[in-house]
Order: sequence, then C-alpha cells, then structure tokens
Amino acid sequence: MSGILVALIGMVIFALGYRYYSKFIAEKIFRLDPNYVTPAHQFKDGVDFVPTNKFVLWGHHFTSVAGAAPILGPAIAVYWGWLPAFLWVILGTVFAAGVHDFGTLALSVRNKGQSVGTIADKLIGQRGKILFLFIILILVLMVNAVFAWVISNLFIQYPASVVPVFIQIPLAIWIGYAAYKRNLKMLIPSLIALAIMYLTAIVASRTEFLQIDLVQYMGGEAGAGLFGLGAVSTAFLIWIVILMIYVYIASTLPVWKLLQPRDFINSHQLVVGLGILYLGLIFLNPEMTAPMMNENPDRNWLPLLFITIACGAISGFHGLVSSGTSSKQLDKETDARFVGYFGAVGEGILALISIIAVATFFANTDAFAATYTSFTQANAVGLGTFVEGAAKLAEGMAIPNDIATTIVSIIVVSFAATTLDTSVRLMRYIIAELGVEYNVPAITKTHVATTIAVVSSAALVLIPEGPNGFGSGGYLIWPLFGTANQLLAGISLMLIAIWLKRLGRNYAVALIPMIFLMFMTLYAMFQQVIFEWSWFGDNSNTLLFVLGAIIFVFAIWISLTAFNALTKKYDDPLDKEK
Amino acid sequence: MLDKLKQLITFYEEVLSMPHRQEVARELRNEDDFFLLLLYSEMIGIPNPVYYYTLELYPYIIEKFHDWHLRMGMDKSPMTGIRCC
Repeated sequence: MSGILVALIGMVIFALGYRYYSKFIAEKIFRLDPNYVTPAHQFKDGVDFVPTNKFVLWGHHFTSVAGAAPILGPAIAVYWGWLPAFLWVILGTVFAAGVHDFGTLALSVRNKGQSVGTIADKLIGQRGKILFLFIILILVLMVNAVFAWVISNLFIQYPASVVPVFIQIPLAIWIGYAAYKRNLKMLIPSLIALAIMYLTAIVASRTEFLQIDLVQYMGGEAGAGLFGLGAVSTAFLIWIVILMIYVYIASTLPVWKLLQPRDFINSHQLVVGLGILYLGLIFLNPEMTAPMMNENPDRNWLPLLFITIACGAISGFHGLVSSGTSSKQLDKETDARFVGYFGAVGEGILALISIIAVATFFANTDAFAATYTSFTQANAVGLGTFVEGAAKLAEGMAIPNDIATTIVSIIVVSFAATTLDTSVRLMRYIIAELGVEYNVPAITKTHVATTIAVVSSAALVLIPEGPNGFGSGGYLIWPLFGTANQLLAGISLMLIAIWLKRLGRNYAVALIPMIFLMFMTLYAMFQQVIFEWSWFGDNSNTLLFVLGAIIFVFAIWISLTAFNALTKKYDDPLDKEK
Repeated sequence: MLDKLKQLITFYEEVLSMPHRQEVARELRNEDDFFLLLLYSEMIGIPNPVYYYTLELYPYIIEKFHDWHLRMGMDKSPMTGIRCC
C-alpha cells in the first residue's frame, strides 16, 4: 500500500472528526457560547489573561504539545504491524484526544481559567488535588528518565548530532539576550541560529573529528570504559551525567534566558521536520513495506498498544497546557473547538508521519522482522528506525542520507531536550508544592527540590539494565510513561464527565474514552506487573515492578473516585451559571 | 501575493513571540509590584519616611492598586480610609 494513501486516509478521517464530531460536541454537549465572557476578557491583565487570535493561540498550543513522544510511541508500536498503530492514532485522536484537549480547555474556560489540578480540588475535593499532584509527579519522573535515555541514545548512535545540539545553547542564550535586553525581534535571530545549527550538522556529518563518538574514543563497543563498565555503558553514564547537569542549570535559570529562546529555535524545527517528512513522502511515494499486521508477535497488541502510543493518540499532558495557559488566552469560547480539538489533530498528524516513516523504511517484510524481533527489541530500536526512516523520506527532497540522518536526530534530540527542561522544572514545582502541602519546608527550596528531581530522574534512567548494560535500558520505562500519561488523561476526562453530569448534559463523550483508558491501563499494568516484572515473571525487575504497582494502585484509585463522583447526587446543578 | 506572505510572516512571528511577550509582561509586573510595595510599605509595618508623598500618587495608580492588592492575596484594600473595592 502506498504511504501517501495511508496519510491521505488518516487526514480525511481527521478532517471528518474535526468537521462533524467536534462540531457535535461544541454545539450539543459543551454548548459553547460566542457571547460568553472568557477569562481572557474577564480577568484581562496583559500577562496571563490576554485575548488572543485563535490561529495564533492554536500555533502556540500545538508547538507546546508536540514533541518527541508522538514520534517515539508510534515508532515502537509498528511492531504489531502498521495497521493497529494507525487505527489507534486515528481513532484515539478523533474520539479521545480531541475530546480530552477540547474538553479540558472548555472546562477551564468555564472555571475562571483555572488549571485541571485546581478544578479537581473543586469538583472532587482535596483528595482529588493530591491524587492529581502525585500522578503528575510520576509522569514527569518517567518523562525525565525516558527523554534522558532518548537523547543519550541518539548521541551515541549519531555522534554527528552532538556538536549542532550543543551549539544551540549559546545561540539560544544570545537570542534571549537580544530579545529581552535589546528588545530585538526574534524571528530573524532564531532563523539565523537554526541555519548555523544545520550548517554545523552538514559539516559534522562529513568531518570525523566533529563527531563526538564516546564509544569510539574508548576503543569501540568491545572497549573498556570507566569504573569497570563497558564502553557503551560508560558513554551512557557520561551523557546522562552531562544532561542532568545541563537540566539542573536550565531549569533553575529564569525561563527567558535559555528555555524560551530554545523554544523559538525548536518551533522552527517542528515546521522544518513536518515539512521535510510530508514533502519527502509526496515526492518519494514509498510503499508500506512493514506488514499490515505482525502475525507472530511475542506480546499481544491488546492491551500494550494503548499504553505504547500515548502522545499521538491521547495524552494527559495536553490537559495541563489546555488548562494552564491556552484557556487564559481564549478570545471567544467557541474558539476552544479549533484550539483544543485541532491541536490534538496536529499531534495526530505528527504521529501519523512517524508511523509512515517507520513502515516505509524497510526493504521488505523480512527486513522488518529482522529488526523488530520482539516487543522489547522494538522498544530499543523504534527511535533509531524512525531516524533512519525519516532520513529516507528526506531523500525525496534530495537531501543526502548522512546529512538527513544527522538533521532528523537533531530535531528529535531538540524536542526531547525541550520536554526534559520543562519537565524537570515542573517536577521541581510539584516537589515544592508537596512540601507546602505536607509541611516539609526544606524541599520547597529551589535547589533542594531541583536536586531531588535531577538525582531521582538520573537514578531511574540508569538503573534498568539494557542489552548494552548499565544505563542503556531507559527505554524499559517507556510503557510506564505511556500509562502515567494515560492516567493523567483519565483523571482529566473524569473531571470533564463530572462537570457535564453536574450541568445535566450527556457525559458519555468523556466517560467512554475514560473507561476505555482506565480499563487498558489496569489490564496492561496487571499483565506487566504480575507476568513480566514480578519475581516469578518472565523479565523480573524490582524497580519496574514497584513503579508499575504504584501506577496500578493509582488507576484503581481514580476509577473508584470517578465511580463515587459520578454516582453521587448533586443538589446544586452548575447549570445556574448559564 | 507579497501581502499574503507578509501576513504569514507576521502570523508566524506572533505565534513564536506569544510566550516571550507574556514573560516580558510578567517581569515588568513583578517590578511594578515591588515598586508598589515600596510605596505602601507602611501598611505591612515597614516605616516609610516619605509615606505622605507616596500616598499622593494614589489617584494615579488607583486601578493598579486594586489589582495589586488582589494579586498580593488581599481580597480587600489593606489601607483603612482608602477603599478601592
């Protein structure tokens, strides 16, 4: 089957979902009112609450939610064949992610632009808020571990990407300085920065001494590293330590110094990445060489598919963006449909091209089977296959393969680094908030909270043993990251359902995806914890067992809370506000 | 055609600069908040020798004053005799 045809089918379903399903939800369920005074107008302060044009807001919303996760999940899930991944991305986006992102936005707009955590406190009570904080804490911890692994792994696999990625840091600081202190416009400087990065990538791809290959420095994969470790393990250890020092500094600096200017550059990279991949797809018109269904998987797609692809099908992280910033800037309530639902569609489009890049990469089905030999192997090779597949698509744009590989790996590393920066910062805030909640003043201090965040993340990524030893098993955390993300989405969908119920509306649109997510999470965690990670499981691992068990308990907790909240009779329907 | 391109560039720049604009406004507001605290430090017990003069600025910043005390977590005006809400 042609890759273009698959993309086209996906786009048509996305378009139908947006045209009809989101319209139905907007008009019949949320009953959006163009005359409703949104928080952006009601609390207009020129800082957080600013009425913003819907296209601009969508652009910002989309660049905030799109990252490396919708690329990595689908690249792993192609293990079961491209069709299950394709269907979950398409249907998940239309019926779950769209409703979730749009719903959290609408919910927040009707609640003074408050974040989902605060609304949880209001709708469920203090327990809801604490539950929420803990789930976000688990999620950001997983994010830190997984993305630290993603970056280290790409640095080891594609050493030419190291110098261009590190060159971004001084360039970003320069842009931050120019924009804030000199009040210069940042479009041109950020484009210059991008051009410098890509020029360095081209030079580094062809110049060996600019390729920082730690493994080669230690005498290749068989070489000896530090502390009695192998060369690959030592390379992982060094990169993870460097990354953790970097995120420590980045997450304690004011955002305008490094984080935001990096985002300016990375927003261009999102456009460049999507442009190269979709144009390459059109020019090259490759065939889907991966099988439609993998006939002999070692692990069944049910329920693992649903936790392998989180971002790209449904992601709880989007609810934080929807209710944290976008809801405070919505000009008209009716814009929520475009910003929220279409934001989810944007992420779906990114996940779709990831599936196509991986599924068109192989010479034939045998080559696919030789690479994706098992589910664990798929977790380990998914990212590399995406980079190679995307580079192959880029050849359609006449970009030489070695340069394309470097550029694609830079794009993925940049996305992952942005997520890592934000996530460590977020973890620091949550630790400080928990410190306030439980009266532990020591951990509310910036450097104490950041140290806890960085050390625990580093420990989590280093502990799991991969096939290449110490530090190379960070990808084993991936299913847990997916589940934590689904749990967060589940709790947000639950809040939407409770809110709709109290308004006396039909809440099935939120309840059905929520039940589906909770069921899949419980099913997957039960299976993984008992039959995989426990002491009598196939791949016994205490760390994953403990983390999986915690997530399992949280999933039960959310389900019970949802059941209680939805069966409770409310005397004060919230509909009075309208 | 050229106009459309310019529009597109303006749109793109606006998308990019949204968080930046917000951050600049926030930094500015923090400085303003600090300035207001200096002006009205008497009410939290810090002696201010020029209190009567700073009080004269009140009519010029009444709107800001109301937003400020709300932001500082005080629901009602903390100054007896001056009621903005």
